[in-house]
Amino acid sequence: METYYDPADLAKFAEIGKDAPELAGKFFDYYAAVFAEGELTEREKALIALAVAHTVQCPYCIDAYTRACLEKGSHLGEMTEAVHVATAIRGGASLVHGLQMRKIAEKLSL
Amino acid sequence: MMEIGQGEFGIESFRETLQRHELRLCRDRTSALQVNVGLKCDLTCGHCHLECGPHRDETMDGATMEAVIDCARRFRFDSIDVTGGAPELVPGIERLITALAALTPRLIVRSNLVALNEGRGAELSELYRDLKAVLVASLPATNSSQTEAQRGAGVWERSMQALRRLNGLGYGLPGGTLQLDLVSNPVGAFLPAPQRQAEKKFRSDLQRKHGITFHGLYTFANVPLGRFRSFLERSGNLQGYLEKLAAGFNPCTVQGLMCRSQLSVDWRGRLHDCDFNLAAGIAYGGEAALLSELAELPEPGTPVAVGDHCYACTVGSGFT
Repeated sequence: METYYDPADLAKFAEIGKDAPELAGKFFDYYAAVFAEGELTEREKALIALAVAHTVQCPYCIDAYTRACLEKGSHLGEMTEAVHVATAIRGGASLVHGLQMRKIAEKLSL
Repeated sequence: MMEIGQGEFGIESFRETLQRHELRLCRDRTSALQVNVGLKCDLTCGHCHLECGPHRDETMDGATMEAVIDCARRFRFDSIDVTGGAPELVPGIERLITALAALTPRLIVRSNLVALNEGRGAELSELYRDLKAVLVASLPATNSSQTEAQRGAGVWERSMQALRRLNGLGYGLPGGTLQLDLVSNPVGAFLPAPQRQAEKKFRSDLQRKHGITFHGLYTFANVPLGRFRSFLERSGNLQGYLEKLAAGFNPCTVQGLMCRSQLSVDWRGRLHDCDFNLAAGIAYGGEAALLSELAELPEPGTPVAVGDHCYACTVGSGFT
């Protein structure tokens, strides 16, 4: 193995069902239901998935949902904005914890 | 069944895939004539399977146009579909479409939009209106960056300008009878968005941001021929794209494929089963046949020549 991540592995995702097929079946059924059109369109769900993929920093998910977004009719402007949403929440999550830092520091300080 | 192409890159050939599904691709009643009036175009789109452009001078001459008109008179097609290149750049196109409009209940003209802004474009737009031709216009996306990535710099604004002018002529208006449909091909080595969803987004974006209306949107996969194939090779996407097309084969599409009910004639008057076989150099019936020598329309059951590019028409919802 030259690298931990191999793009060809993405197409083999279903092999995770070996040795535990029932759990995999339940997961993949759920997964398909989640991404089917509902109150949100498939295109909107793919954009959310793309943003989350960048938050969890999963190369497989970024590959899969970049393609999915394009194939659902999104363009690079929309996809880049979705990544900024993920970035804003990640950055915001760090920054808002600064309030804890400030509260603790204030309690400890003269 | 005739076959060109033998399943590249270890991918099952299209013929083998049909056999595995116990399908035959044969002609049905021929109800449509597609007329490719030549390769001359004012754009050099990256997805073009015919490699059209300003540098091409292949256009239909007057004698071939007369042969097309004579054929339309003899066989009375339900629809006649004029395509290119850019039909607007072909000398004598006015005579051809005026004559054809009188010989079919549905005359379709395919336009790249940009050609409607230049030269005789404005006059031709009015002629299309007077003939009540259905216009099918290419627009890959509702944003300038993707549109221009596929079709060239400056195309976005000129496309919007042409669509506004067509709306002004009465084309594409809600409830109107002058039909304006759009065609969106993906801007790269990926499959098209589902038609219904894409149409909804196009309708909303074009109306909201640009005040433009249209009737229907067609989304079609790019065919791995011509300039698009060169892009796939250059970018290292060829194998992945061919695998994707083959993996997405939908047997339900075969029954409704356009090649079953359409004859395609090129600017030289040569016959093909479709515009993609034309691009691949595959003649109707396997041998060069001329429209002017066509005594009868193809018998239902006549095999359609196939190649691996046919996968582009059978992926997902298909190309009908």
